[in-house]
Amino acid sequence: MSTSIFSLVDKATLKEASFEAWRKLSPDSASRNPVMFVVLVGTVITAMITVQRLVSQESFGFELATTLILLFTVWFANFAEAIAEARGRGQASSLRSARRDLKGFRIKADGSTEEILATALRKGDRVRISAGEYLPTDGEIVLGVATINESAVTGESAPVLREAGTDHSGVIGGTKLLVGTIEVLVTADPGESFLDRMIGLVEGAKRQKTPNELALTVLLAALTLVFLIVVTALPAMANFLHAELDYTMLVALLVCLIPTTIGGLLPAIGVAGMNRALAANVIAKSGKAVEVAGDVDLLLLDKTGTITFGDRQATQFLAVDGITDRELIEAALLTSLQDPTPEGKSVIKLAESMDYACPSTPEDADFIAFSAETRISGVKWGANNICIKGASDSAKRWAQERDLAIPLSLDALVTRVAQKGATPLVVANQHAILGVIALSDVIKPGVAERFARLRALGVRTVMVTGDNPVTAGVIAAEAGVDDFVAEAKPEDKLELIRREQANGRLVAMVGDGTNDAPALAQADVGLAMNSGTQAAKEAGNMVDLDSDPAKLLAVVEVGKQLLITRGALTTFSLANDVAKYFVIIPAVFAGAIPAIAALDFMHLSSPTSAVLSALIFNALVIPALIPLALKGVQLRPMSAERLLRNNMLVYGLGGMLLPFAVIKAIDLCLGFVL
Amino acid sequence: MIEISIVLLAVFLLAWPLGYYMTGIFTGQPHFSDKLFSPLERIIYRILNINEERGMGWKDYAIAFLASNLVLGVLFFILFLFQHKLPLNPDGIGPLSWDLALHTAISFLTNTDQQHYSGQAQLSYFSQSIMIVTLQFLTPAMGLAICVAVLRGLSGGRNSASAQEGELRDFGNYYVDVTRGVLRLLIPLACVVALLLTAQGVPSSYAGAIKAQLLDSSTGVAEQVIPIGPVAAMVAIKQLGTNGGGWYGPNSAHPMENPTPVSNVIELISIILIPMAVVFMAGGLLRNRKFTWMALGAMGLLSLLFVAATVYSEHLPNAAFSGLSAVGANMEGKEVRFGIDTSALWATLTTQTSNGSVNAMHDSLNPIAGLAALVGMLVNSVWGGIGGGFVNFIVFVWITVFLSGLMIGRTPEIFGRKIETEEITWLGCLIVLPTLLILGCTAIALSIPSLTANSNPGFHGLSQVFYEYTSAFANNGSGFEGLGDNTVWWNLSTSICLLIGRYLPLVIPLVVAGSLSSKRVSPASSGSLKLETPTFLFTLVSIILILNVLSFLPSVVLGPIGESIQLMR
Repeated sequence: MSTSIFSLVDKATLKEASFEAWRKLSPDSASRNPVMFVVLVGTVITAMITVQRLVSQESFGFELATTLILLFTVWFANFAEAIAEARGRGQASSLRSARRDLKGFRIKADGSTEEILATALRKGDRVRISAGEYLPTDGEIVLGVATINESAVTGESAPVLREAGTDHSGVIGGTKLLVGTIEVLVTADPGESFLDRMIGLVEGAKRQKTPNELALTVLLAALTLVFLIVVTALPAMANFLHAELDYTMLVALLVCLIPTTIGGLLPAIGVAGMNRALAANVIAKSGKAVEVAGDVDLLLLDKTGTITFGDRQATQFLAVDGITDRELIEAALLTSLQDPTPEGKSVIKLAESMDYACPSTPEDADFIAFSAETRISGVKWGANNICIKGASDSAKRWAQERDLAIPLSLDALVTRVAQKGATPLVVANQHAILGVIALSDVIKPGVAERFARLRALGVRTVMVTGDNPVTAGVIAAEAGVDDFVAEAKPEDKLELIRREQANGRLVAMVGDGTNDAPALAQADVGLAMNSGTQAAKEAGNMVDLDSDPAKLLAVVEVGKQLLITRGALTTFSLANDVAKYFVIIPAVFAGAIPAIAALDFMHLSSPTSAVLSALIFNALVIPALIPLALKGVQLRPMSAERLLRNNMLVYGLGGMLLPFAVIKAIDLCLGFVL
Repeated sequence: MIEISIVLLAVFLLAWPLGYYMTGIFTGQPHFSDKLFSPLERIIYRILNINEERGMGWKDYAIAFLASNLVLGVLFFILFLFQHKLPLNPDGIGPLSWDLALHTAISFLTNTDQQHYSGQAQLSYFSQSIMIVTLQFLTPAMGLAICVAVLRGLSGGRNSASAQEGELRDFGNYYVDVTRGVLRLLIPLACVVALLLTAQGVPSSYAGAIKAQLLDSSTGVAEQVIPIGPVAAMVAIKQLGTNGGGWYGPNSAHPMENPTPVSNVIELISIILIPMAVVFMAGGLLRNRKFTWMALGAMGLLSLLFVAATVYSEHLPNAAFSGLSAVGANMEGKEVRFGIDTSALWATLTTQTSNGSVNAMHDSLNPIAGLAALVGMLVNSVWGGIGGGFVNFIVFVWITVFLSGLMIGRTPEIFGRKIETEEITWLGCLIVLPTLLILGCTAIALSIPSLTANSNPGFHGLSQVFYEYTSAFANNGSGFEGLGDNTVWWNLSTSICLLIGRYLPLVIPLVVAGSLSSKRVSPASSGSLKLETPTFLFTLVSIILILNVLSFLPSVVLGPIGESIQLMR
């Protein structure tokens, strides 16, 4: 709560929002929020009383002050929403600015191309893009391979590879094609891209209330109705006691009682939640999706790319008995010199880190590429020089074909490596089997901590991998996931999601391939990678522009934060009422029923000053809480019970006590001014 | 203090096993009581043409409840109008006026027993011992049935193991539940209590009124007519069934309805026995004993708070004597044979449980005690009427779950089922109802003094009106008295409060439970809200207090609080 509003938004946004806040006073836009609408009606009533007293030449200072404070209460609420919207628009338009004035070459039916504005492109059109050009629109590569710089959208400067027919065929409008020529199928009409939809979520007028927000609005409306009845019944009761109640006082009482704090901030909290998702470069297709993310019980995570880096890396050289490390490493290096796979590169990296100089490639070297059938790769040179590395069974078969002896210590080495969850690559040359390279998964930094956080919040994580159970178990233990599915086929994911859902759990998953699409659609939260296929992106309910599978964890936290902020401020708002009651009830009845003045234990200077102080507190608490509404209540990893206890203490008990002090202070200040 | 502790401890020790017994009779599993009651029940089911095996969805259950009440209501209204033509009327008592008959029928039908007539003078033996006693047995059993159904809904219905998500759930059979409630719970208990009371000297006879010659002829009265009748039987069920409508006008303050301190303790225990046992039953039906302890903790905390305030207040001198050199506790309106403590305890428990029987004059309570009695009715969910009280408690649990669910960052769920907009809309109606009815009627009645027929001006007069409507809406039935309440206005306006205060707060939760029951159940994890924790207990208690304080404080300030301040000066 310590951050000021100025650190969150710039001056121009503030100015824009303050104008917007006036515009939102129109009945049409005000009626969307029942609580603030009642305040607005109250403002009109006190304004009329002020005018009437002005005309009949009675004192009208208190009435005028009340009217102004009420007006600002509504204005502050509008301002909160306007700021949240402006921030969202700011974030969205920085994404959108990349795609202004874009042009593309549309492929006509006869195969020729025509230059056309991006805004004229329609779903189903095909465009051809060459190196150096900007992509005019979101789409899917149907022909060609490309290297693309997506920094305009994702902020990530490293170029990415996109290829037709793979799981990485998606492209974003506004990004720049660096290498290659591609044909792209346009997948969205102008104004209907994912980004456009997201912008809709942060703009108030078009915004659909999320399910929990709607439920809370109904509850707040019911409470408002209760207080409306309470205040309406009062004059008749007072009349029985032969007392006249002041109508301005009654309006003030009403406004102090209805939950204006949460009512005023509710839209801003919703918009800010979407903003936080957007700030994480996640585009949600609906607000509901973000909210549901907070409810997720189970995260289904692919091992590769989410928990570990995408590729396995060499971590150890193990020579068989009778072979020196040097012999093994040199052979391993030779097989890897021309090996383009990440595994091959990692062998060189490991050797270099052990201070082995890289030998130069022999003149007449002939590279043997890895294939799914042979499962070995290597290099041949000279008359019959050869070095290979490969999966242990394939390498053994290779050796047996050449009548090479299988060293006795080999099996022990292979088993030792496999038991650690690593993949053994057997290295051999024309004379003998030399040893083993251990390839291991390297776990991404910070993943284990994140899982621990999620576990504290009651979210389980399940790792899905095609690896054998031993390997999977080792990685699972190291990363700290709760469970794993080994030797999984793509359709197993769908099966697992269905099973968990049948047990009542909400499941979230990440996917990018076309074969992930059914599972993405089945999952309660499906986060598709932006680099993924169109089918995956259509099936999921969120798209991550950064294509970072670990983003799912952030999305869960955004969803939880959204709900907690609403709950905390509702509690705060209700707790405030207790203190306001003690201030305002003695004041309202003091004039009419003197005996009741005895209840005024706060000793405020006068009934009018008491009422104004309560109203000023009521109004000012809204802008004071705008930063909290925009940033969200900080999410700490702890059990539900502790979370509830902490929030009840801070927002419940705190909310009950704080107004006493603040109202007394305002009353003292008013004493100086008046 | 010792008396109070003994009574509360006795209730606790009796309610515990009783709750287990009630769980047994409502779970539908074979039970040891089957041997005794099943043959009789089968005869009843055959007569009423009920298929004992057939379960009902929440809608059928609600319709059966409302339809059976409508039939009974119309029947009893007509019977009250024609009581003078019916048998068992040795004293030749005449018919009730139409509005009083209507109010009386509704009042007993809603388990309220608010009385705008004076029992022994205006009702025949038939009306009292057959009609009223019938309703006094049936209506608590009906409330209990709804409560049982709501609890079944909370755990997914009786078919929860086999039913799919979205499938209609089996809430049990309404007629079976009511029959079992009457036969296996209320009648046996009432027999025991009636015998104990008879032993203490409460009349148990169908003979006509006794005519006694006065010893002192100077009073000008030649002979005194002392009405008797089957009093003990009626008093037993009046106390046990959170009914409250006594045989005699002064209720349990009358020396023949409650003759000795022992009978007083028996009646006191009977007031709260079943409402507390319902809490134990709830844990059993939900298969969640810890929930019982949480509920018991929350209710016990609030209940003891009000008991303590009342006892403290009544040990002070009568507020009206302040400034005079009066010493001692406030004995005005209290029976000397009961004393302060048990009278204060009775006043608190009878309003908390929506019972409404009295053994002292509530009009003479000191203001704080009067306030505690009032708040007990406004809250209406700390013990509360049989079934209805616990259903109200569940409503507060739902609201608390909603707010605390948001605070822990999940869509709120109770026992794994999500509370969403549809449920909140219904709960919103329930939040608005008490304010609308109680404050609305109070405001109207006060605006038209000719209707009010109020004996007191000022704060006290306001309190009387407010109390009357609160008592009606809460289906409590106790009166602040001093109100000429047998008029068309009072009879009709309280009838409306009685009806709405009974049926909506029972049927709406059934709707909510119906909607919750068929939802997907998410298994508990460390991230889901646990209801069985001290944190939730305190959150719940705060929400119960805050919602009620916020709704009714201004009116209470103009009533009891204003009065208390005025008297203190």
